[in-house]
Amino acid sequence: MKSDASRLGFYLLFAPILLWLVVLIILPHIGLFIVSISEKVGPRQYETGFGNYAAFFGEPLYWRTFARTAIMSIAATALTLVLGFPIAYYIAKLTRGRTKTTLFLMCMIPFWVSELVRTFGWMILLRETGVFSNALQSLGLVSGPVEMLYNDAAIMVGLVYTSILFMVVPLVTTLDSLDDSLIEAGYDLGGSSTSIMREIVIPHAMPGIVSGCIVVFMLSLGNYLTPILLGGKDSLWFTGMIYTQFITRFNWELGSAFGFLLLGLSSLVVFLGLKLSGQTLSQTMGRS
Amino acid sequence: MTDIQPDLECRDLAKSFDDFQAVDRVNFEVPKGSFFSILGPSGCGKTTLLRMISGFQSPTSGDLRIKGRSMIGVPPNKRPVSMVFQHLALFPTMNIGDNVGFGLRQRGVGKAEIRKRVDEVLERVGLPGVSARRVDQLSGGQKQRVAIARCMVLEPDVLLLDEPLGALDLKLREHMKVELKSLQAAFNTTFVYITHDQSEALVMSDNIAVMNNGRFEQVGTPHDVYHRPGTAFVAGFVGDANSFNAKVTAVNGANISVATDAGVEMKIEAADAGLSVGQNAQVFLRPEAIKLVSSAADIGDSVNVSAGVVDSVLFNGANSSVTVRSTTGGLLKVALPQTGDYTALQKGDEVFTRWHPKQARCFQLAGGAR
Repeated sequence: MKSDASRLGFYLLFAPILLWLVVLIILPHIGLFIVSISEKVGPRQYETGFGNYAAFFGEPLYWRTFARTAIMSIAATALTLVLGFPIAYYIAKLTRGRTKTTLFLMCMIPFWVSELVRTFGWMILLRETGVFSNALQSLGLVSGPVEMLYNDAAIMVGLVYTSILFMVVPLVTTLDSLDDSLIEAGYDLGGSSTSIMREIVIPHAMPGIVSGCIVVFMLSLGNYLTPILLGGKDSLWFTGMIYTQFITRFNWELGSAFGFLLLGLSSLVVFLGLKLSGQTLSQTMGRS
Repeated sequence: MTDIQPDLECRDLAKSFDDFQAVDRVNFEVPKGSFFSILGPSGCGKTTLLRMISGFQSPTSGDLRIKGRSMIGVPPNKRPVSMVFQHLALFPTMNIGDNVGFGLRQRGVGKAEIRKRVDEVLERVGLPGVSARRVDQLSGGQKQRVAIARCMVLEPDVLLLDEPLGALDLKLREHMKVELKSLQAAFNTTFVYITHDQSEALVMSDNIAVMNNGRFEQVGTPHDVYHRPGTAFVAGFVGDANSFNAKVTAVNGANISVATDAGVEMKIEAADAGLSVGQNAQVFLRPEAIKLVSSAADIGDSVNVSAGVVDSVLFNGANSSVTVRSTTGGLLKVALPQTGDYTALQKGDEVFTRWHPKQARCFQLAGGAR
């Protein structure tokens, strides 16, 4: 009797996550996959085949944008790591108590504003008539207005800015768990700052680094707002192309194929990242 | 001692945090190859002192010399000292061999040479062939030895140990005491050991400094510290002792008479205690210095005899003791000799206690009055 009741409790607790997985993730993906392998042969006439995938590889604009998105996402992830690690190290190891909480909160404050507003903020700073352009002109460093929007650098700035928190949080958590006496022991045994960083701190922080990188990479790869607003027409992003297929061109078949290619890409990159760093998914994601 | 350079020398070493004096003008020197312990209660400043020697904290004033060379301003990674941390601080991301070889790698020693020296030192601490193992595959005692090996492979002038036995269970701790001492003898390196556990200090040390409130109360051999404590704090902190507050009633050369607050007359033989009649004093009496006598006939003409009733028997194997409530009301802790004569002793038995006047230690009470 009692075990029945506890089993019921288990199913009740398990139901939301199961619903979430089945209704919102698995079913739509099955649907999308079926759509993606349907080729339109006439009005309301479809045949099963991989023509949509072939179309992707046949059109250079598609796969070039795809590769560009992948490479830039990786670059954004690396840049976020390089910028986020010192911040996390400072918060976790060099500050105490109140300062620590304050700094951590300051990292979080920008995220109280919607991503759209934050991105518009960057547009105000970077556009031709924006703050940076005007400042450079009034300092006499440039003769005319400078356009800093609509290029790869602008996208990079936006991506790093949007995702740095997701790098800092897991890094602070793992670095916090590093015992200070290990660092002291390193110094005591004659280690220099760089060798201690390389041999003690980074190996310890590896699960945090990898989990932060996975999250940031996925966020960047799947980001839509930032690349579209900051990159404009000169810097295409693959999510933008998916959007165009679905909404502008009403070509759901090709759009679905694109979606699946993006899913495959992110899985592949995460897999390679884990293999290269010698971590496992359960090690990195299970901790934070 | 003057012709041989001491390995470690502190001159008026002091450290204060804001207005808190953690270490207060400490002076000591540790001769080469000796085992020196700093014993004190938690918060007495011993950790701060150790961190100053290792270089993680810089002294407010004073000088610290290792092999005659001043260490002021020298960072921890440039000092010829190594430290065994309280929780050992073995690097969990490396295997044992890499842990032990860490310091050598920092010095740029060649790979083959590192392997050779790591194997050598692991063999010396009695753990041959563990290089490839992970840290969490070792037992507590083995980790201890790896931590020592990691330091000793660098051949430091001074090895600092920060209560490394604290986390071990009692049996292993007893074993490691003996082992540490023999390792120290084998390596012939100067060990500076800090602890709050007096038995660790007494068993292992050549010299002990008893520290309290940032000062050294006494520096001496374990025997001296135990049997000839220099201050009331040392007498109370090292070893077990019955302590009484008393008033000096008569001084006749080395013979002093005191009356405790409970009104018991005590005769004490102590040269240069510096006491005069009327002063308040504190008397310390070790439990093992008191003899139990069961019948009045055996007492003879001894002094410091009092009758009492056994209040409780505290059985603790070889360290068993009884508390005796004397007829005047005071409680006295008496060690029970393990000769078999007292196995039948029970609560409520009438006994006599007696002790020799030379066995008690008597100190003037700080401030003279309470």
